[in-house]
Amino acid sequence: MAIYFDNAATTMRKPPEVARAVAAAIDSFGGAGRGVHEASLDAGMTIHKTRKRIARLFNAPDAKRVVFGLNVTDALNSVIDGLLGPGDAAVTTAASHNSVLRPLFRKQDREGVDVTVVPIAPDASLDLAAFDAAFTPATKVAVVTHASNLTGDVYDVAALARIAHAHGALLVVDAAQTAGLVPIDMQAQALDVVCFTGHKSLYGPQGTGGAVVAPGVDLPAYREGGTGVHSYDRRQPAMYPEHLEAGTPNAHGLAGLSAGLDYIESKGVDALHEQVGALADRFEAGVRTIPGVTVLGGHATRERCGIVALNVGGVDAAIVADALARDYGICVRAGAHCAPLMHRALGTERQGAVRFSFSSFTAEEEIDEGIEALRAIAGELR
Amino acid sequence: MRNARVKKPHVVVTFSSLDDAAECEMAARDQGIPGRIIPVPSEISAGCGMAWAAPAEAEAALRAALAANDLPHEGVFTVDLYA
Repeated sequence: MAIYFDNAATTMRKPPEVARAVAAAIDSFGGAGRGVHEASLDAGMTIHKTRKRIARLFNAPDAKRVVFGLNVTDALNSVIDGLLGPGDAAVTTAASHNSVLRPLFRKQDREGVDVTVVPIAPDASLDLAAFDAAFTPATKVAVVTHASNLTGDVYDVAALARIAHAHGALLVVDAAQTAGLVPIDMQAQALDVVCFTGHKSLYGPQGTGGAVVAPGVDLPAYREGGTGVHSYDRRQPAMYPEHLEAGTPNAHGLAGLSAGLDYIESKGVDALHEQVGALADRFEAGVRTIPGVTVLGGHATRERCGIVALNVGGVDAAIVADALARDYGICVRAGAHCAPLMHRALGTERQGAVRFSFSSFTAEEEIDEGIEALRAIAGELR
Repeated sequence: MRNARVKKPHVVVTFSSLDDAAECEMAARDQGIPGRIIPVPSEISAGCGMAWAAPAEAEAALRAALAANDLPHEGVFTVDLYA
């Protein structure tokens, strides 16, 4: 069986209840909100309960403002498109994924939105003074990643929210890498929008995700269409969640996500954070003993999620990843990780990086096998 | 052959959102209030096509549950429905 260290892309091993829930849903669900028969109501109630679970996970002020979509990229597109228009300015950081950068740059190209990218230091740190200095009176929103999908460094979103709010701007958080793995408290951290995906550390199926929108944040409908409510209104209804959910929702997928959330609730985010963090620490401690290995990021001083990115000397990351897969059955991700500015900041634009990412289903024995496989490969490639 | 259906008074709660109807259903189940989600009767209008209906005798308990749980709803009506 393969050793799976690509959980930052998608968690492959899920609680078994996730697949069972999806299978049961496919065999029994009708269209949620489209009828009052049992098949439709079961789908609708499952979505409703999943919405409440997401609200609890993030301590969201209003569960009705949890809106589901395809994934975190879909959510970020809808939020960025809705919050920014001509004459506005936005701030982000070089740690952002293309799911943040490309929607922002589209607004820049099409509508003239001024986009400022705050640099990330070579050790992956973010200078809060530089972030503060990036705001102008026109800045309407800052869109930031909670954790780098390349290095796993976690950024202090509460501090970033304070800065954004001091400038009268909103803070939108890309929680792709942290939802379910790092505690998020929308009220205590004063977060305006949290975008999440279901298929990573929430252990749900691909095709699930969404945004949690704080009360008072005004977003136009990104899509319009059937909702099952206010059908004679000419345009999309104003009330949440229907305002931002058009068309038949992915109830089958959300049934699986609900099972994933059940697992997280049973374990607790703090415990999962500690468990996966310990696995990453064990791996990092091991690979640091290998001559020629350079670990990227600043994990020694900052909070992390379950990622260790590294390079072996000057060897192309793709060669290392391919050797791990072919010779040892170890799944990792090489390349640019859809984080071009982060690679530029770290000086790995040409070489790329080998990213190992763990989950609560990763065994310590697998960590140790991974270390020894990398040691052998590093010895051969030097 | 089945007996002819007979209409009886029911208390009907309407909503603007499917999510509100689902929340009412959960609260009613939790508190043992008899009733169920139904299509909105033509006698009344509502933003959401789903309503929650219970026999008229349950009106007091239902109104108490709506208030105690702060359940968002558009209106509470009495409508004769087939049992």
